[in-house]
Amino acid sequence: MSERLKELGEHISHHLDSAIREWSVDFGELNVSIYSDRVEEVIKFLRDDRGCRFTTLIDICGVDYPARAERFDVVYHLLSMNLNHRIRIRTSTDEEKPVASISDIFPVANWFEREAFDMYGIVFSGHPDLRRILTDYGFTGHPLRKDFPLSGYVEVRWDDEEKRVVYEPVELVQEYRDFDFLSPWEGARYVLPGDEKAKGEGA
Amino acid sequence: MAENTIIPAGSAGRAATPHYDPNKHDPFFDGVSDALADKGFVVAAADDLITWARTGSLMWMTFGLACCAVEMMQAAMPRYDVERFGFAPRASPRQSDVMIVAGTLTNKMAPALRKVYDQMPEPRYVISMGSCANGGGYYHYSYAVVRGCDRIVPVDVYVPGCPPTAEALVYGIMQLQKKIRREGSIER
Repeated sequence: MSERLKELGEHISHHLDSAIREWSVDFGELNVSIYSDRVEEVIKFLRDDRGCRFTTLIDICGVDYPARAERFDVVYHLLSMNLNHRIRIRTSTDEEKPVASISDIFPVANWFEREAFDMYGIVFSGHPDLRRILTDYGFTGHPLRKDFPLSGYVEVRWDDEEKRVVYEPVELVQEYRDFDFLSPWEGARYVLPGDEKAKGEGA
Repeated sequence: MAENTIIPAGSAGRAATPHYDPNKHDPFFDGVSDALADKGFVVAAADDLITWARTGSLMWMTFGLACCAVEMMQAAMPRYDVERFGFAPRASPRQSDVMIVAGTLTNKMAPALRKVYDQMPEPRYVISMGSCANGGGYYHYSYAVVRGCDRIVPVDVYVPGCPPTAEALVYGIMQLQKKIRREGSIER
């Protein structure tokens, strides 16, 4: 299987050499990293080329690496029903730099890109209707970014005087409980409550 | 079971129940039957009669939002069959008495839930089903979930569980009937 994928990777890198940053076959999966300004061209090639025939776009997703200069990855998963193989395309971008929309090539990308925009704030240029898809109307922020607070900024409540659902700043009745699921027998690198005196005894 | 225990008529599988005797009756029902035979009528408070009638025909508005809805459907299916309590599903909020909020209520859904609740005629009741509807549950700290549907609509019965079993929901429905019988009135 991975031999076939290696051949496929060589085939792709032969045709799209200047667009590809690097490619590899890991765990029986073909990963190709490309430059963000060449997305359209690469996806179109993968769909139309006789040796690729990736006619199904499975998903587009985002990844956030806050420490990086280009903090977002956009990941495209494609499937070829004809030739029974899959590919993962990665490219990186930041908050401002747009990635070309591929909704002309795969209509399904329309909503996937809206989702990536909603959750990460990744901008897709040439998208026909780039607006939020999942979050609430008038939502602020992009919830899957690592710097987005877990409980968000607003919560809703029915106001009996105003006779409507009102938005208010989040006020948690109970602090967030961080359950520590590390086993005390293995992996725990802290002193358990009550164990202070046992220090230096066995361990 | 004691020798003189009365097995009420209508108990399931009574033919196989030990000490079941079709000639032994519950004295209360015997009394009612005698009064009816004697005078031709029985006397009851109108409030009691109306609330009793109400408990027997609670039409419920399904508000299935997540996995709890599957258990809610299960309660309506032949095994638990809530329709034997006259608890029948009704697709329109304008013709229903009870709303079962089954599942995670999100911020985006909250105004819609309230709108549906406002369309229901009085008297109306709400059963909050499952952890998510009771208090946010698993998604309590989420940025998108209402921390309990009682922030949006007044709730009569909370059914705990994640999701509650169909039995738990049936028990919740019976609790609601009990509540209506206890404090229901025809006053508005």
